[in-house]
Amino acid sequence: MLPKISIQDLYFTYDDGVEALRHFSLDIYANEIFILFGPSRSGKTTLLRLLNRLTDLIDKAEIRGKILFNGQDIFARSVNVADLRRRISMVFALPTPLPGTIYDNLTYGLRVAGIRDKAYLNERVERSLQQAALWEEVKDRLHQSAFALSGGQQQRLCIARSLALEPDIILLDNPTSGLDPLSTSMVEDSLEELKEQYTIIMVPHSTQQAARVADRAGFILDGELIEVGVAGELFTSPKNQQTDDYITGRFG
Amino acid sequence: MSRQQVQKLAVGIITGVAVLVVVPIVLVILMIVVMGIGAINWEFLTAMPTDGMKVGGIMPAILGTIILTLGTALVCMPVAIGAAIYLAEYARDNRLTRWVRLAIVNLAGIPSVVYGLFGLGVFVLFLGFGTSILAGSLTLGIMTLPVIISTSEEAIVAVPNRFRVVSLSLGATRWQTIWHQVLPQALPGIITGVILGLSRAAGETAPLLFTAAAFYLPELPRTILEPTMALPYHLYVISTQVPDMPLSIQYGTALVLLLFVLSLTLAATLVRTRMRRRREW
Repeated sequence: MLPKISIQDLYFTYDDGVEALRHFSLDIYANEIFILFGPSRSGKTTLLRLLNRLTDLIDKAEIRGKILFNGQDIFARSVNVADLRRRISMVFALPTPLPGTIYDNLTYGLRVAGIRDKAYLNERVERSLQQAALWEEVKDRLHQSAFALSGGQQQRLCIARSLALEPDIILLDNPTSGLDPLSTSMVEDSLEELKEQYTIIMVPHSTQQAARVADRAGFILDGELIEVGVAGELFTSPKNQQTDDYITGRFG
Repeated sequence: MSRQQVQKLAVGIITGVAVLVVVPIVLVILMIVVMGIGAINWEFLTAMPTDGMKVGGIMPAILGTIILTLGTALVCMPVAIGAAIYLAEYARDNRLTRWVRLAIVNLAGIPSVVYGLFGLGVFVLFLGFGTSILAGSLTLGIMTLPVIISTSEEAIVAVPNRFRVVSLSLGATRWQTIWHQVLPQALPGIITGVILGLSRAAGETAPLLFTAAAFYLPELPRTILEPTMALPYHLYVISTQVPDMPLSIQYGTALVLLLFVLSLTLAATLVRTRMRRRREW
């Protein structure tokens, strides 16, 4: 099976000379929940931001190696970055609604893609809110400010906002960092359903969360991928000593 | 002196200085209002001046200042806001950007009478616009650029970066991000800057001296290629160039000019506070 994402010997250096990723190779397959975990500042967020080229915003960063998406090099000249970001969509650690209503937020990505069909927009709004387990809570106030929602609701709105684009891949960068346990479990529960339609790459809030939601996982340390495995094995009997030390809480 | 006494003395002096700042503005406004209010009536605001401008109204000067202010806005807003967007959103730290910034700083430092000469040379003579509303608007427009560029750039830079990143991550292009997210949020600041810049331009005399202003016109201008009367220049004329001008007309004119400029400043403040209140984050 062709991997959805194939990262091949990737190196990434920030403009200040810090090498955030090195010798990084990883294949991610369709409809799996892949968890990338490791200590803070190990390069997880950098990798997610590379996948939809938000790293373009950094001047003078240096990228070596390849990232293939459905077999296509995402850094090729012919790639339309806006299209790429619609197909590989990102949810950030902090809920970040855009100024405007809930409805405005959900339809923003579609509108900037040139979609004006009201019926289609409405359908996408309802469907994505249902997938993010938010529909029942907001269906009567779609035209109120997104900032009136609670933090947990805002983060589910941000997930729904990505889903509204029907991307191939959803990147979740520690999406439950600011959420209470109830909101966290609502987000985690929705992932199981989402993977039927989407490929999910997630940086978890904790190793416990990683173990709860992962199909496969990779342990990253200082910009290098230490070990990749099926969740059941990786979290119970890792092959690498560093992975074992991290999971059992000896460092990190 | 004990420490407490020094403390008291220092506070006293600083407070005194602060009060000193208030005194001249209150005095200026008070004097102009007291001396000028008597001249203000419907005829003064709406009639043509007659009898060597000693009788009648100042309507052509009021109208001229309004039109020049609008013309200035038309000239400088697109350029200034465009430049501000470039500097805030696109400019990298390179030689071009440094030159542009240097130019803006220097534009702000040029005395207004030099702008007048520049307008005379370029717009009036070289481009052949003559002494006209067009030449005056262009001159005032260029003079106002630096103020509006810097306030607009500040307003744009103040928009939190997370909104740009989110917009881009949802597949918006850079321009769509600017248009849909950055500019709407920067708008209160931009409008404030524009109005404040215009209120300064509205009170300027020197740039109009050679480019647009007429000593006296028996009729209103019909096209933008004709000269116009304008409040600041009119005030200068009736205060220094016409003998036996009644004081009340001088102060009345000053009062109208002051009210015009102050109402622009007030409008800027209102816009800013109202739109700030509507902001959600």
